[in-house]
Amino acid sequence: MAERGARARRLPRAGTLIRFAAFAVLVLFLAMPESFAPVFAPLTTNGAPAIYDRAPLIDLTLAHLGTVAVASLAATVVAVGLAVGVTRPAGADFLPLSRSIVNIGQTFPPVAVLALAVPLFGFGERPTLFALFLYGLLPIFENTLTGLTRLPPAVLDAADGMGMTARQRLLKVELPLALPVILEGVKISTVIGLSTATIGSTVAAKGLGEVIIAGLLSGNMAFVVQGGLVVATLAVLLYDSLGALERRVARRTGRRTG
Amino acid sequence: MIELIGLTKRYGDAAVVDDVSFTVPARTMTVIVGTSGSGKSTLIRMINRLVEPTSGTVRIDGRDTATVPVHELRRAIGYAIQNHGLFPHRTVAQNIATVPVLLGWDAKRIAARVETLLDLFQLDPKDFAGRYPHELSGGQQQRIGVARALAAEPNILLMDEPFGALDPVIRAKAQEDLKAIQKRLGTTIILVTHDMEEAILLGDRIAVMDGGRLVQHGTPADLLTHPATDFVETLIGTGDRPFRLLSLEAVESAVEPGAADGPAISAGRTQRDALAELIWTGRDALPVTDADGRPLGRVTLAGLIARGGRPS
Ligand SMILES: Nc1ncnc2c1ncn2[C@@H]1O[C@H](COP(=O)(O)OP(=O)(O)OP(=O)(O)O)[C@@H](O)[C@H]1O
Ligand SMILES: [Mg+2]
Repeated sequence: MAERGARARRLPRAGTLIRFAAFAVLVLFLAMPESFAPVFAPLTTNGAPAIYDRAPLIDLTLAHLGTVAVASLAATVVAVGLAVGVTRPAGADFLPLSRSIVNIGQTFPPVAVLALAVPLFGFGERPTLFALFLYGLLPIFENTLTGLTRLPPAVLDAADGMGMTARQRLLKVELPLALPVILEGVKISTVIGLSTATIGSTVAAKGLGEVIIAGLLSGNMAFVVQGGLVVATLAVLLYDSLGALERRVARRTGRRTG
Repeated sequence: MIELIGLTKRYGDAAVVDDVSFTVPARTMTVIVGTSGSGKSTLIRMINRLVEPTSGTVRIDGRDTATVPVHELRRAIGYAIQNHGLFPHRTVAQNIATVPVLLGWDAKRIAARVETLLDLFQLDPKDFAGRYPHELSGGQQQRIGVARALAAEPNILLMDEPFGALDPVIRAKAQEDLKAIQKRLGTTIILVTHDMEEAILLGDRIAVMDGGRLVQHGTPADLLTHPATDFVETLIGTGDRPFRLLSLEAVESAVEPGAADGPAISAGRTQRDALAELIWTGRDALPVTDADGRPLGRVTLAGLIARGGRPS
């Protein structure tokens, strides 16, 4: 089949260049943080270190991303599964119930979820993973529901009329068509997770929150700023790349142009 | 052969289709005509069980469709849906290949079939196979919708207003193509439209629906000459009736012995075409020739006028 995607490709725009530059600076900073010491030095007092040195920043970043990735993946699987279940004829009765359960996850402030999770899971990664997972559910669930319930009726009719089984219809038609909207939910959920994960450090999970908290405790603004900047840059880059993926999928289905 | 026997569909108290029975002989085309909301789509969708009948039976070649697993039934019946319903995330080729893939055809056979169908609908496979539906015009989308319905070489084809979105020129072309395809493949077709002109042009038989009931079922000539109700008469349009009657028959059957002056008309054209030609060129007779240009006789203004009149 002819490759028609080529038509949609364009020259990189200014936004792309800025993102690329942000990514390059981030990698450079994580690879050799000490060479950025002069930048952060003005924020320190009494000769405190300008760069966080109790653990390598790159390790903290990877641990941070790892936690978010695992939690988001689990949230995606569960939320999409739930949404698929309640949009089948057999599961329609559970639609209101599952909505309220997922909403409860969202009404708890993250700190409260963490505090409640500690007695259950002890200190460390696990309460953080649990809180992020719970937080990630709602946006993905809502979006998947929207995606699956707003499909063009004529297309579903065609799927039935061609003789697809319920399963074939779900896998070949419904999910692929809802994919852009589902991806949008995953994007929102992941970006929220990325910032929420910083508070995981209060229950001794490894992550970039450690840098910020250390800065707050010792009154070292350099730590607070560098921890915050790394998290913010990651969030922006992640948001952008998931957004680009989403648009690519959407453009293919003709739902959006441009 | 498709037999509809006492088909009824109720939603609540309302009978949307009310006790409809008729038979579609194999290898013929029946056109269901009626105003919007008269139950045409509901009726056609009971044949492939997208709508479960409240009561009544559909038999295909003698077999009650209620006894056939619904997926098998639908894969065996081509369905061109109102508003085409193409899968927006799949290319033209993938759309056309839907049922063959479900039936497990091998890739080579599918590719060949897709190419044949695109050729048939005069869409260059090299250009169109890889396009997505949103990269097509409305008319092209509808043609792909019909191609998809034909893909697995079904013996039966259900078409719900397949030409609704087409402009008059493309529409005429699509109707001609459909007629040719039907003749060539011997497909049994049930087509829904609210355009009586289309029904007369395409149908071997016409079923007229009004408020969920079948008010008349017969050949186009039956309908034109003996409309069963005022409603059918209104649909036909009294002003056009003689011309429609003439459009049903070929010049061949109106040939009289003798000669005439001026350019000839081919025996395969309709009598309506001949009448138009006579009026337009101000003659009262046209020479008629067969497909190879041999003279057969002539067709006269008086003869045609007599044929377009109310039958006794
Ligand atoms: N699922 C349904 N529930 C209730 N009423 C329905 C349903 N489907 C169709 N109807 C009603 O049945 C009637 C016939 O509908 P149908 O779609 O068969 O009409 P149609 O002849 O195909 O019309 P059109 O030419 O506008 O396509 C309409 O009045 C419609 O409102
Ligand atoms: Mg209809």
